[in-house]
Amino acid sequence: MSVSLTVNGRKRVVDSDADKPLLWVLREDLDMPGTKFGCGAGLCGACTVHLDGEAVRSCQTPISDAAGKAITTIEGVAASAIGKRVTDAWVALDVPQCGYCQAGQIMSATALLKQNAKPSAEDIDGWMSGNICRCSTYLRIRAAIRQAAGLPAEVALFDAADGEQVA
Amino acid sequence: MNNAAVLNRRSFMVASLTGGVVLTLDASLTLAAAAPGAAPDVLNAFVRINADNTVTIGAKNPEIGQGVKVMLPMLIAEEMDLAWEQVRIEQTDADEKLYGPQVAGGSTATPRNWLPMRQVGAGARAMLVAAAAKQWGVDAGALTTARGAVLHKASGKSLTYASLGKAAAAEAAPDLAKVALKDPAKFTIIGQSKMGVDVPKIVKGEPLFGIDTRVPGMVHAAVMKCPAHGGTVASFDDAAVKAIPGVIAVIAVNSGFVPEGKTDTLLIVADSWWKASKAREKLVVKWDDAAVTGFSTAKYEKDAAALFAQTPQASLFKAGDADAALAKAAKVIKADYDYPFLAHASLEPQNCTALFKDGKLEIWVPSQNPGQGRAETAKLCGLSPDDLTIHLTRMGGGFGRRLMNDYMVIAGQAAKALPGKPVKVLYDRTDDFRHDFYRPAGWHRFTAGLDAGGALVALKNHFVTFGKDGKPIRAAQMAITEYPAPVVPNVDLDVSYMATNLATGWLRAPSSNAMSFVFQSFMDEVAEAAGIDLPELMRRTLGAPREIPGERVAFHTGRARAVIDAVCKNAGWKGRQKGRGFGFYFSHLGYFAEVVDIGVSDGVVKIDKVWMAGDVGSQIINPINALHQAQGAAIEGLGQAMIGQKLVQEMGAITAENFGDFALMRIDAVPREIAVEFLKTDFPPTGLGEPALPPVIPALANAIYATTGKRHRRLPLEMI
Repeated sequence: MSVSLTVNGRKRVVDSDADKPLLWVLREDLDMPGTKFGCGAGLCGACTVHLDGEAVRSCQTPISDAAGKAITTIEGVAASAIGKRVTDAWVALDVPQCGYCQAGQIMSATALLKQNAKPSAEDIDGWMSGNICRCSTYLRIRAAIRQAAGLPAEVALFDAADGEQVA
Repeated sequence: MNNAAVLNRRSFMVASLTGGVVLTLDASLTLAAAAPGAAPDVLNAFVRINADNTVTIGAKNPEIGQGVKVMLPMLIAEEMDLAWEQVRIEQTDADEKLYGPQVAGGSTATPRNWLPMRQVGAGARAMLVAAAAKQWGVDAGALTTARGAVLHKASGKSLTYASLGKAAAAEAAPDLAKVALKDPAKFTIIGQSKMGVDVPKIVKGEPLFGIDTRVPGMVHAAVMKCPAHGGTVASFDDAAVKAIPGVIAVIAVNSGFVPEGKTDTLLIVADSWWKASKAREKLVVKWDDAAVTGFSTAKYEKDAAALFAQTPQASLFKAGDADAALAKAAKVIKADYDYPFLAHASLEPQNCTALFKDGKLEIWVPSQNPGQGRAETAKLCGLSPDDLTIHLTRMGGGFGRRLMNDYMVIAGQAAKALPGKPVKVLYDRTDDFRHDFYRPAGWHRFTAGLDAGGALVALKNHFVTFGKDGKPIRAAQMAITEYPAPVVPNVDLDVSYMATNLATGWLRAPSSNAMSFVFQSFMDEVAEAAGIDLPELMRRTLGAPREIPGERVAFHTGRARAVIDAVCKNAGWKGRQKGRGFGFYFSHLGYFAEVVDIGVSDGVVKIDKVWMAGDVGSQIINPINALHQAQGAAIEGLGQAMIGQKLVQEMGAITAENFGDFALMRIDAVPREIAVEFLKTDFPPTGLGEPALPPVIPALANAIYATTGKRHRRLPLEMI
């Protein structure tokens, strides 16, 4: 079937099987490999994108469900003010290790701050628990979300200047 | 230790990062094509000086998130006297003749490269200085360097490296073994925190990983491999699959796990991976697996119990007379411990892209061990290793999984079957779980004896593990120097082997991730019997600072003692108390002591904080990355212990399908804080990928015991 989408503000038309997941349409048909394949079962969050502003698992979203909707991916997330603050915090705190899950983490974090500007520590853990980071960068994911939200650091952060943890 | 220069003069002089002044990466992640013979600014295989006075440094080791892509170039940049802002980093291809060893494993990058990479940088600097000396007609000894320029203080003259590049490239390369290295007190890059070079690209979703490889004309392959490891393809019917539009071929290949001439994997090749993956449903396969379907988790439990009832098959290590010492002991402590098979579960599923053209094989691969992959792929493809060009991609995690190259081996065979067509092979999550090289399970029966004074005088351990022909299979061995064996007067370390059909392999901190739990938990039991806490038992048994020789590396009791004392001081450790536990372990040349603080409410354990003190030598090269490695390792270790990680095998096959069957650590179970202190000691710098992981597992188990009175002797811990 022919499907019209808006991806990161741009109209795209793809010819695809109706049941092909949005993840694979992005990766294979639209040459946008930033959205990652981790589990194919909605369990790891690596494929998270925004569909009409809501965080969804693109591996579980048939392209037919995305027809006519606005999709935001990691390639376009920084176009919004919140997305920009989140990605800036990710860079400033050197969050990624291998980096593979981080597109999904950033998309989930941005969706969190869009509906909860000042999340509590529990809010952050609860919202982000759908995203696995195999390298376990979780302390910095928490810190980066707080930084993007303008919240004070919860625990000692790393001071790159002198190589020590500081309060 | 192990600081032998691995780069010979030849490899130093051969130019690899050749090409234009401007470096570009094309969409398929290949490096810019070399321009033959037109590389005047290339000083050696690792260094290219660009016209704008930036310097491109080749990062030779595979990057799996351990930060080596920044760390190794830091060593070169330091000795070249560059400003970090000048440095551009480029992943090199796999070519060990040119670059020396290229392995991401065993926390070896630091000890192997600490001197050689600095020598590469110092050699490049010497060539630049020599060129400037000639140009100015002064003695090289009168020149200094700073921030990418050579300076002549007497005259006030200076020249940028870019302006000296051509002349320097014509200079004879110095003898790297003799080139002068900087006094560490003068380091300006080493010891300063440098952020991940790919992070700005990662947050934009730019293609970096193996799975992102895109080559024009590429086709996609999904995998169907015999579920029971070791089984082979008896026959298959692909008529229905081939009738699906878009399906190109079905190819039977050998993953390297079955004898040559047999196949164990079918690759369904289509114009889309999604299509290929779905088409697997229509493939009818008959497997020849009768010889391996008898293996199961239940069988191993039964076999282990039977082996414990028998005399051990072999002695690994014997000191004194353990039985006699136990007969005389004032107290005897007995306990059995065990741990399960584990998967690596890197988040990026295994994959590889390959193109066979004109008798040559070009490969894009996320591999931790591409040299081994080259040899094995060449062999199974009937090619010479030199026929392979291997491009290294960033990896979505490794943890030891990608030390094995099955995905490269099968992609090579698929490409060979489809000449001229690039083929990307991709496992799905179930393939990834069921066709891993697992951390082997193991069983330990301990007996220890204390004398009337509470001293540990006897230790016996019967280790039941997996083996073949009287030898452990990969990653299933135990070191005879497991602490405290070297310091107890009467010791029996014995072993019995049983068979498995599963492929086994190294999981981050291999062996140590299991032995730490077993030995440090049991030592906590021994300490309690002696009326002391584990840190105190460690201090008493470690004794005076000295080196104890090992099978491959020595163990320094003073370094162990120092990290134990440091973590106890930082954590305010006051002996055995509810809510906290302690663990120590020495692995991969690193000494780590850790304290885990927990709370228990309504029977549920919550980890509050981890304290860690480590000693990896005289220099933390990249402090921010070191902290990240240590914290991530601790969380990974907690994940192995506390969230039910174990694999189940039935009918020869692993049953786990997805993350619902094999949990990974999630953010809501992570402690609020992990406090890390690195002790700087007068020993050569060593690696950090692994040694921070092992102690956290027994520290957690010991904390649960201290808090609830329940001693957990099996992984994963039952947390309620």
